Amino acid sequence: MSLRDPSRPDAGRRRFLTISLAAGGALLIGLRPARGEDLPPELLGDDLTQLGPFIRVERDNRVVIGARGCEIGQGVMTSLPMLIAEELDVDWSQVRVVQLPYGYVDTDKGPSNKYGEQGAGGSTSIPQGWKDLRQAGATARWLLVQAAASEWKLAADSLRTEAGQVIAPDGRKLSYGALARSAAALNPPDQPVALKSPEQYRIIGQPTRTADARAIVTGRSRFGIDEYAANALVAVIARCPHLDGTLDTFDDGETRKVAGVRDVIAIPGPKPDAPLDGVLAAGVAVLADHTWAALKGREALKLTWKEGPWAKESTGALAARANELLDKDENGAEVRVDGDFAKARKQARQVVEARYEMPFLAHATMEPPGALIEIKQDRARLVASLQDPEGASELIARLTGLARKDIEVRMTRAGGGFGRRLQNDFVAEAVLIAKAAGRPVKLMWTRDDDLQHDFYRPFGVHAMAAAIDRKKRVSGWSHRCAATTRDYRNGAKRPIWSGCLGPDDFPAGLVDNLDKRFFALESGMPRGAWRAPVHTFQAFAIQSFIDEIAVATKQDALKLQLDLLGEPRQLPYQGHGGPMIDTGRLAHVLRLAAEKIGWGVKRTDGHGLGIACHYTFGGYAAHGFEVSVEGDDLRIHRAVCVADIGRVVNPLGAQAQMMGGTLDAVSAALNLSVTVKDGQVQQKNFPDYPLLRMAQAPRDVEVVLVESSADPSGAGEIGVPSAAPALANAVYAATTVRVRKLPLMPELLKRL
Amino acid sequence: MSQSEPAAEASAKRSAAQPRAPLALTVNDKPYYHEGDPQMPLLWFLRDTLRLTGTKFGCGVGACGACTVLLDGKAVRSCTMPMAAVAEHRITTIEGLETDALHPVQQAWIEEDVAQCGYCQAGQILAAVDLLKRKPKPSEDDISAIGNLCRCGTYPRIRKAILRAAESIQGQGK
Repeated sequence: MSLRDPSRPDAGRRRFLTISLAAGGALLIGLRPARGEDLPPELLGDDLTQLGPFIRVERDNRVVIGARGCEIGQGVMTSLPMLIAEELDVDWSQVRVVQLPYGYVDTDKGPSNKYGEQGAGGSTSIPQGWKDLRQAGATARWLLVQAAASEWKLAADSLRTEAGQVIAPDGRKLSYGALARSAAALNPPDQPVALKSPEQYRIIGQPTRTADARAIVTGRSRFGIDEYAANALVAVIARCPHLDGTLDTFDDGETRKVAGVRDVIAIPGPKPDAPLDGVLAAGVAVLADHTWAALKGREALKLTWKEGPWAKESTGALAARANELLDKDENGAEVRVDGDFAKARKQARQVVEARYEMPFLAHATMEPPGALIEIKQDRARLVASLQDPEGASELIARLTGLARKDIEVRMTRAGGGFGRRLQNDFVAEAVLIAKAAGRPVKLMWTRDDDLQHDFYRPFGVHAMAAAIDRKKRVSGWSHRCAATTRDYRNGAKRPIWSGCLGPDDFPAGLVDNLDKRFFALESGMPRGAWRAPVHTFQAFAIQSFIDEIAVATKQDALKLQLDLLGEPRQLPYQGHGGPMIDTGRLAHVLRLAAEKIGWGVKRTDGHGLGIACHYTFGGYAAHGFEVSVEGDDLRIHRAVCVADIGRVVNPLGAQAQMMGGTLDAVSAALNLSVTVKDGQVQQKNFPDYPLLRMAQAPRDVEVVLVESSADPSGAGEIGVPSAAPALANAVYAATTVRVRKLPLMPELLKRL
Repeated sequence: MSQSEPAAEASAKRSAAQPRAPLALTVNDKPYYHEGDPQMPLLWFLRDTLRLTGTKFGCGVGACGACTVLLDGKAVRSCTMPMAAVAEHRITTIEGLETDALHPVQQAWIEEDVAQCGYCQAGQILAAVDLLKRKPKPSEDDISAIGNLCRCGTYPRIRKAILRAAESIQGQGK
């Protein structure tokens, strides 16, 4: 790699292409003069061969493509560069992928990002990249074609490209590598250029292995926790175990005697009722030369805490309160009301009712939170496993007073995200410690820290009621949810039910008399987004209840649900994934999952089958499970996941997401819950938060991806929500025990 | 030790001034000494001292297996293994598994596209290497006995990769 040489005469003529999407979705392509600091170090090399923010073509025709996303296991290191490479029209084997840092830039119109959207949340990376990254690839290709046209003195539209070469009508060829310098000097087009038609795809739709797999399997891949900096101290924090509690006294005498310990710093916690936009808890940080010294130093601290305002909070009391609210049924917030449920209920031949309880869940990313930060007088540098680099940049600016442009944020491969890293509380901690210590700091979290101080998935109870008419049709549907809100002290302006109950989710628009209401539970537990938020939280109740209705009315559960979904049509859907939901696509995945699991065939072996479906963030998924219970053992013989996520960019990656989403859901459903007692989280490590192990997991997840020409949805969260209800429905079929409270295993064993 | 010197290098150096006798061990065929706390888990020696960061921290209590390394060829959890217990032993980390070419297990991991977030995979690979050494033709139950946690849910592909690696090793007559 060569560094930029400003003395070269043509360096000043260098132009960068900026591509961004305006609020309305229009593609903006602009030019701005190149400046040294604009160059992402990842794409440093022959600076005259960079074509836009994402692409560099080397002389030997190898292509470097920048991956802009936060890689948390959802595969964006591979799938996003595939979109660029497709439209650039190169062979995937020519491509080397590099991670891009956060691309903050100041513009006349305020803060912007030269790479576009870089956060990871809501399964949006692919739908977003589908809009702008293909255009970035196509624009670079356009420049290369223009360069060839001018070299050959031929019309650009007489030329074609293939596998990194421009080809003239007479068969002459020029490699991209040979054209890159002249292409990079051209002005980009003033209009978006034409994209390929799907039959021209050579990369999109091809099963493609993880771009950096070799680095992963050889241990060379660098996660946030693997970053070190000269002169940095390792910090661990003893945090207050009481929700919103405070530090009372501390004695660090013994801590300071531990070899390697350098400093001890108290960190004030957030004030009760103040936004949780910095650190999550009060604590005492121990800074040391290495992790072990920091841990030993922390152990030697003598601390006393003051209980906070939530000292009486317990999971049992929350459940009792939820049921009390649902019993009283007063002042529930109207989520969606169609027709008149009360009337339908009065006129019903039969009423089916059930309540389902959902536990708090922790994220438990395999790599615990952490951050490496360096703060200088005039700049700062963060390296961490992130999901929201923009939020991290804003937070550092707020805590240090530095300008956003002087804050470098580098994302590494992250050891899981699942929504945990949408929060940057660990970044705030690192900043405060580094400021106080006057040294770079590498903040480490242990597993205990992680399980005890998370933004948990909400806790709540769903009360379901269905009115059944004389023809055994569902004439009314009531879904009332009493839960701790997902948004908690975060300033979000969303309706209070947002993370727990969706107005337009099943069976909205399918039942004449629909009544959805929400009751907020007071709680001091920090809450946040957990993989497919709202959907994992509500789908268990909805899709268990459908099965219960089928049993209570002696109907086939598949037929009942397909009848409800009815003729394929588009229904309005206001939530994320809208503006429309296609009932036909949802029915199709359910039908396929049922077929594949062997639905409708009478079992004589004691095995039970269960099915369920759900619409999540623009994607449609259904699950089928086959289980048996032998003694205290729940055996999952088969797991099927059918998904329609539109056109599939990387089938190998999408299959992995459905497989992983299914198993993640099984893991949570079987054994996971976070409980509170006396205002303290009770779980401390994996022995009391037992993630699924291989022995309990089904040997395979049979994934079917529906062929579709619809624009792609994401994949990371789509495979989660319908898995738990399908599993519980299968358990019912095998045992006639209906589990209405998660996690499933403790309930099942109680009732077998 | 000066403040600007990484803790790592400083404690990796032998120093006659240290009162404790240094512990000797071999990591990826290279000799090293440890002069610090003999109770320090091997994990932190590998990561903070040697900067072999392929070995991951996951739980600190030996429950998840992210920190798995080979101790004289056998899979152990380095987060609960004190340095005193590994003196005079031979450690292989994920970085030392590849010799001239990728180990067949690593190769199989790439071919089956196992990794999602990738964090637990070094531990999973070393657990698989250990299994295949003990049971060259592992049954499904043998594979199930690998207790390493994966939050991403890569287990089915781990199974396939282990079976593929087993075949590949047999084919090579290793």
